[in-house]
Amino acid sequence: MASLSDTELKQMSQEERVTALGMRTEALTGKSLYIEFDPDAEERFTYPWAPEVDYNKRTELDTDEMTTTEVNSKIRALMAEGYGTIVLKNPRGKHSLGVGILSRLNLIVEGSLGYFGVGLIDGPNVRINGRVGWSCGENMMAGTIVIEKNAGSTFGAAIRGGDLVCRGSVGSRTGIDQKGGTILVGGDTGALSGFMMQRGRMVVCGNAGKNLGDSMYDGTIFVGGKIQSLGVDAIEAELTDLDHDWLTAKLTQYGMMPDKGVDHFTKIVAGKQLWNYDNLEPNEKKIIL
Amino acid sequence: MCGIAGLIHKGKSSNVGGEMTAMLQALKHRGPDSTGYAVYGEPTEGDYVLRLKVAEAEDMAKGRGIHQVLADRIAEVEAIMQEHGVTVKTKENATEYALRYLISHDGDTTALAEHIEETDGVEILSLGNGLELIKDLGDASDVAGLYGLNEFNGTHGIGHTRMATESDVDIRSAHPYWAFPYNDVSVVHNGQITNYWIMRRQMERKGHRFMSNCDSELLAVYTANNLANGVTLEQSLRNSIEEIDGVFTYLVATKDQLGMAKDTMAAKPLVLYESDDLIAMASEEVAIRAILPQEIDTYDPYDEEVRVWQA
Repeated sequence: MASLSDTELKQMSQEERVTALGMRTEALTGKSLYIEFDPDAEERFTYPWAPEVDYNKRTELDTDEMTTTEVNSKIRALMAEGYGTIVLKNPRGKHSLGVGILSRLNLIVEGSLGYFGVGLIDGPNVRINGRVGWSCGENMMAGTIVIEKNAGSTFGAAIRGGDLVCRGSVGSRTGIDQKGGTILVGGDTGALSGFMMQRGRMVVCGNAGKNLGDSMYDGTIFVGGKIQSLGVDAIEAELTDLDHDWLTAKLTQYGMMPDKGVDHFTKIVAGKQLWNYDNLEPNEKKIIL
Repeated sequence: MCGIAGLIHKGKSSNVGGEMTAMLQALKHRGPDSTGYAVYGEPTEGDYVLRLKVAEAEDMAKGRGIHQVLADRIAEVEAIMQEHGVTVKTKENATEYALRYLISHDGDTTALAEHIEETDGVEILSLGNGLELIKDLGDASDVAGLYGLNEFNGTHGIGHTRMATESDVDIRSAHPYWAFPYNDVSVVHNGQITNYWIMRRQMERKGHRFMSNCDSELLAVYTANNLANGVTLEQSLRNSIEEIDGVFTYLVATKDQLGMAKDTMAAKPLVLYESDDLIAMASEEVAIRAILPQEIDTYDPYDEEVRVWQA
């Protein structure tokens, strides 16, 4: 699998590509179906239409006088030319920069982003030297986003994969509806973080606001500081050896390991007392009733 | 959606009119219906700045007769001021319906304000030693140009770009609101207040006046009521988190203070920048960047957070 080139993958049918990349489908109970990647396959996966980019081919883009649409179009045009490292200068809090990038890219933002920065991405590695506004990384599928300063509310809303890292503090409702991936926060997080979380992991090195993990279905939240209060159906669980190793590896990877290690982290999971799935279609209900 | 912005310089004056214009223009996409400013110049002890409107912008389309109506209303207002022993030092009108008087008055300003507002179609926008409250339809650049706000020296200010949701597009529903009858107190708000009618009836029973059906006006009246009862600005902001229902982030400015409060859900945004000599805040960072292009550190206040800064 690892020896396959992008060209070979692009020549395959979708079904062949799924098999070759080691993806497997797994039927859940009820009517759900989801596709899970193994870590190697995730790294290897590219969309057939993704441009071939060279990380060593670097360019800078001064966004000061450009609109969001112009910046995002220019990023795509540069990627089509093979640029694999793009530096955005003077973003000055513009909204929705770098959204919808679905292939490999080193995107470096020298400054701060507004709302919905680098959302809906699938693959790029993004480094932001400043701060980000609300909903950074929303719905990201894969890749990494590392923010050096603070972030606004709904940080990483509904992310499905990848690593979303903020070295500073973040606002409220962090990881709301998180469906996978990892959110790392170096500082504090606000109220209702992990609200309706479904899968994935969230790590907060500082304190967490009230109603942490409210109505979470699944997933795991680790908090290094104080938790103001837990939300409905969020409960404390024991930190396992596996958790310990994973936290150590992840925090070390991003240079965020606290001086006192990870033993003091509190683990929060779903109590699963609110689970009440109803998989029946209205017609089926009628038959039963 | 609405956008709010505020800034306060510590211990010095600056072109707050120009700075607020830049910030509010950057927030235009959050609400293009109307724009308002409450900017604070150097306090003029003994003198007051009185800003009022004698008609809504929509009234101006009612034909030739409106000009005479406005002239009559202005004459009536000036007669009332004379009756109260007010000395008018200067009179300016940026538009036919919006006037600014610099007045000298030793008497009761509340009685004066109440009397002036008995005139049909007249609403006092602000009264105070330093406060100048300007609001009109259009974006920040339109309003600043019309009212000469691009060069206004002062210590602090708050502003608002409005997207009309629950009430009309008109000047009476535009922000900021003056906390009648408290000199120099103004409010801007982003959000929805869900116990508006209950609170409004409570306030009306206490004798407070409402000039619009905009829920944000409640915050100005609520603040005025608290100040009347000797509550500090900071405590008033804290009390509001318990007593006002809904989602809100709002800013209150007084003669020498600027305060903010965020509701219990932190559902409405605010980005804060603090340095030793300047504090700036806005619904979006892009507004702060409009006056501070260099790299800066900003953060979002959390739920139930209350802050007050001194000029």
